[in-house]
Amino acid sequence: MDRPGFLVYGLLIAFVLGSLFPFYWSFLVASRDSGMLTEEIPPLLPGGNFFANAARVFDTVPFWKSLGNSFIVASTVTLTTVLFSALAGFAFAKLRFRGRKPLFVFIVLTLAVPVQLGVIPLYMAMSELGWAGGLQAVIVPNLVTAFGVFWMRQYTVGAVPYELIEAARVDGCSMIRIFWHVCLPAVRPAAAILAMFTFMTSWNDFLWPLVVLDADNPTVQLALEQLQSGFYIDYSLVLAGTTLATIPILIVFLVLGRQIVAGIMQGAVKG
Amino acid sequence: MTTRTVVDTPRRQRPDRERRAGTPRRWRQRLNRWDVKYSPYLYIAPFFVIFGLVGLFPLLYTAYVSVFDWEIGSTDPELVWLENYELLLADEQFWKTLVNTLSIFVLSSGPQIVIAIALAALLNARLRGPTGWRVGVLLPYAASLVAIGIIFANLFGPQYGLVNSVLEVVGLDRIDWQADRFASHLAIATMVNWRWTGYNALIVLAAMQAIPREVQEAAIVDGAGPFRRFVTVTLPMLRPTLIFVVITSTIGGLQIFTEPRLFDALPGSNGGSENQFQTMTMYMYQSAFENFDLGYAAAVAWILFLIVVLVALVNFLLTRRFVSSGEVDE
Repeated sequence: MDRPGFLVYGLLIAFVLGSLFPFYWSFLVASRDSGMLTEEIPPLLPGGNFFANAARVFDTVPFWKSLGNSFIVASTVTLTTVLFSALAGFAFAKLRFRGRKPLFVFIVLTLAVPVQLGVIPLYMAMSELGWAGGLQAVIVPNLVTAFGVFWMRQYTVGAVPYELIEAARVDGCSMIRIFWHVCLPAVRPAAAILAMFTFMTSWNDFLWPLVVLDADNPTVQLALEQLQSGFYIDYSLVLAGTTLATIPILIVFLVLGRQIVAGIMQGAVKG
Repeated sequence: MTTRTVVDTPRRQRPDRERRAGTPRRWRQRLNRWDVKYSPYLYIAPFFVIFGLVGLFPLLYTAYVSVFDWEIGSTDPELVWLENYELLLADEQFWKTLVNTLSIFVLSSGPQIVIAIALAALLNARLRGPTGWRVGVLLPYAASLVAIGIIFANLFGPQYGLVNSVLEVVGLDRIDWQADRFASHLAIATMVNWRWTGYNALIVLAAMQAIPREVQEAAIVDGAGPFRRFVTVTLPMLRPTLIFVVITSTIGGLQIFTEPRLFDALPGSNGGSENQFQTMTMYMYQSAFENFDLGYAAAVAWILFLIVVLVALVNFLLTRRFVSSGEVDE
């Protein structure tokens, strides 16, 4: 196959610029005052008001608290999802037990059940438990996912040799120790990717927190919505908020993006 | 094969175990056997417990709630059987949200999958710095949905939106992206496509790279040009992945909530002044948490669930058929 020509690179550059543009636009508005939006031709270079606008975000909504909340929720959910998925993946990939196949098929099928549609009974259950308004109401339903189990199983199949497990058993290791000392180190790359995806999904979740949390105890996404819900929308303020909320996750993504992409490729090839 | 399995290990230790009953060693052996036999169930238990509690139970309980006249906080809901569903079928707003949902869904997943496949083909070329391009393409996926909703609502603003300014500069008329029904669907679909196209492209690309090189080379030897190779070799071999992509985007697309919810400039309204871009999930949310009618909302949820299953099934069959036709032609 030949090296691609200008056309391919041109199209890709156009696509990546398109991907970046909304982020840039958001920063552009956030770094000026809302007046720029009324101008005939909006300026295309950032102004100097970003920090002033950002400071107003913290005055308008409980942004620090929302950052803390989002961080607690996303990291707890990520930790348990990775751990439980790795455990289940280990069992499905390497251990023999009755019903292994049908149970795994069942898990794959549950991928098709739209969890969102369960919000009504879930909300009722949370109210019943007295959890509504608290972070545990956001955390508990997301402790583990079907996708996570599926993903970790696929990786574990290829990454952990039976010989190692057997050797550990001969040495008298219990199953759980084999998981911890043999399996977990071997599947670390897949676990890292799962962690990234889970963290981003959890950080960006909106509908369920909107249903179950209160306005004075929001996650970042809810705080952003509150910023926008005034009668008069101050776009410099609102877009300063979106920029602030996007920066941390964007940094994490750019730092770990290579691994994520490499991992998607590898996982699929192993399929 | 069986000689490599874990279960065999205790059997090999059998002579050891038969030495003496009642010794600590025997007790340990029994523990060991239990460990091998039952611990796998412990490891997979968290998923089943959580899924049962937050996936399966809510789905079934939603069906139960939907046959009651059930208000938030009411202690004594009244059983009304199918009345919620009857009301729903006669409810103009419901039909409107159904059409909106399907319209936004078609406008988003159709182009999204076509562009994703094309993009994957571009990324599959022997690029310089392949990972950089892939990361760039996946970037929108990292963005917060709420942030994106707000940013796009601003870009598509009727008065000061950048999109309208550009339209004017090139000599076209301004469009009221929020008020006009079709225009609002188009704007929301653009948002969805912006976020998901790169993600889907990477999934498709991963599958493309798994196609053995020999297959492509055989087609080249047979004299097939790049386009023909793509249609008759690549596409059919992508079938399982395409089915996966189509099904997941169906499930996600039909439940769309965040994007249209934030697309509205008017605070507290729900999908436009005349519900011109209210989706079914938004209607469910409005019925439950703004009108406090849980029974009715549950009925909306269940109808939506059935539609999701139905559309996913139709898409599955269509994808299978469409993609396999390439093989038949050969």
